[in-house]
Amino acid sequence: MIPVLEIDAEKRLGELAMSVQLSCRAEGVIAIFGRSGAGKTTLVNMLAGLVRPDRGRISIAGTTLFDSGNGIDLPPERRRFGYVFQEGRLFPHLTVRSNLLYGHRLAPHGERRIDLEQVVALLGLENLLRRRPHDLSGGEKQRVALGRALLANPRFLLMDEPLASLDQPRKEEILFFIEKLRDEFAVPIVYVSHAMAEVVRLADTLVLMSDGRVEATGSLEELSTRLDLRPLTGRYEAGAVLPATVLGHDDRYGLSELQVPGGTLAVPRVEEAPGEDLRLRIRARDVAISRDAPTDSSFLNVLPCRIAEIAADPGAQVDIRLEMGPSSLWARITRRSVDRLGLQQGQPVYALVKAVAIDGQSLGRRRVRQRT
Amino acid sequence: MSLTEMELDALGLSLQVASWSVATSLPVALLVAWLLARRHFPGKSVVNALVHLPLVLPPVVVGYVLLLLLGRNGAIGRFLDQAFGLTLAFTWQGAALAAAVMAFPLMVRAMRLSLESVDTRLESAARTLGAGRLRVFATVTLPLMAPGILVGAVLAFARSLGEFGATITFVSNIPGETRTMPLAIYTLVQTPGGDVAALRLAAISVVVAFAALAASEAYARRVRRHIGV
Repeated sequence: MIPVLEIDAEKRLGELAMSVQLSCRAEGVIAIFGRSGAGKTTLVNMLAGLVRPDRGRISIAGTTLFDSGNGIDLPPERRRFGYVFQEGRLFPHLTVRSNLLYGHRLAPHGERRIDLEQVVALLGLENLLRRRPHDLSGGEKQRVALGRALLANPRFLLMDEPLASLDQPRKEEILFFIEKLRDEFAVPIVYVSHAMAEVVRLADTLVLMSDGRVEATGSLEELSTRLDLRPLTGRYEAGAVLPATVLGHDDRYGLSELQVPGGTLAVPRVEEAPGEDLRLRIRARDVAISRDAPTDSSFLNVLPCRIAEIAADPGAQVDIRLEMGPSSLWARITRRSVDRLGLQQGQPVYALVKAVAIDGQSLGRRRVRQRT
Repeated sequence: MSLTEMELDALGLSLQVASWSVATSLPVALLVAWLLARRHFPGKSVVNALVHLPLVLPPVVVGYVLLLLLGRNGAIGRFLDQAFGLTLAFTWQGAALAAAVMAFPLMVRAMRLSLESVDTRLESAARTLGAGRLRVFATVTLPLMAPGILVGAVLAFARSLGEFGATITFVSNIPGETRTMPLAIYTLVQTPGGDVAALRLAAISVVVAFAALAASEAYARRVRRHIGV
């Protein structure tokens, strides 16, 4: 049986009236996405037991963590949710080693399946063990914070924008480690973010939040095709998310070929070997539309599609959903082009995707698992 | 220069009284500091005012109040005498209590300040790692407060060494029992020809105070380097 996370909780916090209803499978990475002030951190704090809901019920895999009706409120230390905070929150008076072991020593004996050596090796902490938090760099601090949360052998890991205070190279580094620990330890992760690139890379399940409410829950692929959620996923970053499999590499030109449902795409060389499963995001602003297949153009990806939906938007830009077999793509073009080409629903067209528009930030490795 | 027996007596007694004063009031001060820094309860401002009262009252008044309450005929004094056989009036234990009461506000202030500067988010982090409230206090809050506790203890120790007014009012000036350094100096100053001896005692006081400050400064520096603040 797959464990389920269920939240039905209300909380008033100043201006923000939180009212969260959420039910999803407690496995893989569950990304909570939304603008700042949407209540993401409060939701995670309610899970951890650091913020007490005014009313409601929170349970995971049949264990009730909070139930205002029955007066149940499990204290944080008994919930066993490892929490990676935005600012690390390492204990300044302890060495890295003691920080790492703080929660490990407190975990029930029978449940200490993750040990220090494993975590040190996974996160590359060998040379940091004797140091103290104040002389670690930002990236090192977050690595230690990840290790500390993991070593508590939690039932769940909560990560509240763990990359927010890092520069881009450090972000890449920590993302890499989060992927590793996601793949090596079967600990479900709740990952709070307002960066779609991180979500695409990590998330199996997406929870969209806005103004203290959960607006939608589902797979990334599913939610990215919904036009009504467009204002929440962000206009600039909007696009389609597709499952992809690596078909092969073209070393001469430094390209890789990816299979997506309904077509193939050439993209700049990816690391993964042929046969590996990826998640691919194609931003709407990187897709153009043509009525005929262009012959003399630089577009490597010319994909036959059908227009499924034209967003009714009075602005200069129009979002158009294209069906390519079972997949959906989004294209963002000017209203002028829509009129000039006479685009209409149901019309067969070609989607033009620049290969170079797809970079490392558009790709995520899919966790391969049995769907029941 | 070697110390005379009288000087050794006074110095030993002062150190004994000040040590007991600090040791017994420290846990109470910690609790009061915690209540004032972290809890909201009705009458908090009254408690706060009471704690600070010895700072603004004439020490003689504090000593007199202690005498009224804890003297042999005082309400609490009689109870302590009958129940535990403990006499505070005119004993060195009474001197320690007088010193503790006078030094209490200094200790509480230092501890409260340091407790207020402890990041509660670190405490939350510890709880998510499986530590209960008490363990968090012992393993996170207390170590982070350490410099403040030390400052409070040293201030209280120094204040106790120098306590005069409340002591002489409450426990009088009994050689070998309640005659601490300040009282001994006072006695010598009142005695014809006691100037040199008084000066020697004053010099000893200065040395002791300096030693306490230097030791605490060295320790605080080490702790700060440890924590990295």
